[in-house]
Amino acid sequence: MAAIYSLYIINKSGGLIFYKDYGSSGRMDTNDSLRVASLWHSMHAISQQLSPISGCFGIELLQADTFDLHCFQSLTGTKFFVVCEPGTQHMEGLLKHIYELYTDYVLKNPFYEMEMPIRCELFDINLTQAIQKDRVALLAR
Amino acid sequence: MQFFGGTEISPSLPASTASGNNGHMMYVFNRNGVCLLYREWNRPLHTLNQQQDHKLMFGLLFSLKSLTAKMDPTTPDKANLGVPQLPGQGCSFHSFRTNTYKLTFMESPSGIKIILVTHPRTGDLRESLKYIYNLYVEYVVKNPLYTPGTPIRCELFNTALDQYVRSIS
Repeated sequence: MAAIYSLYIINKSGGLIFYKDYGSSGRMDTNDSLRVASLWHSMHAISQQLSPISGCFGIELLQADTFDLHCFQSLTGTKFFVVCEPGTQHMEGLLKHIYELYTDYVLKNPFYEMEMPIRCELFDINLTQAIQKDRVALLAR
Repeated sequence: MQFFGGTEISPSLPASTASGNNGHMMYVFNRNGVCLLYREWNRPLHTLNQQQDHKLMFGLLFSLKSLTAKMDPTTPDKANLGVPQLPGQGCSFHSFRTNTYKLTFMESPSGIKIILVTHPRTGDLRESLKYIYNLYVEYVVKNPLYTPGTPIRCELFNTALDQYVRSIS
């Protein structure tokens, strides 16, 4: 059983630019993943509106019955979120690391067009490594 | 699913460490999305008028529920996104956290939704919501003057609620 079920990256306007599934039993098709991503984008925005105190940056952690969703928003509005098993720790660190990989291998890629779906081999390779490492660390714990 | 049995206010009062004043606000909705109760303890920021705020909150919960039902990684076949689901059907959620607040959510089998908004560092409040649900049953449902589906105007319920929320840490 995987600790991390899936990873999504959405651009600042809510479009899905990266989706990877790591063995959840209900894999989503492309249309559904696009819908879910833009739905999350709007829920994130609404949660800021409903805050009782000013300075809210949106949902960081959503705890559902069968999974946890951790979300990290970069300063430019790109959102990274992972779906993982309930109670999985250290996801903020992983998300920050994925963000670093994104800046290094996607943003610095001269052939990458901003806000477009990510198709970068090096990003894929390093991402797989990072997730793999996280799993090993989880098993060791 | 075993929900909340017993006639007395059953889950015994969850232990409190009495640091107090962590509650921001609370909503109770019925299954039609009518706001039965809105209590506010500490809310410096109002972005919308009250009616819009209730509608937005109900919409957020409804959409988050359909999102979690669709995302559920443990069941292979799920209904399409946006199809309304009965209480208890599909994967729901019990809380979310932002940098400024934490929202805890509970839905009873009859579709009563209780939403409590607290300080982001409060712990698991699922038991507290069950206790509040029991307060609702005791003071509102058992009140002979209360018509179901109308806004709650029960002095005793409000008092008990204020007292209890103040004790949540």
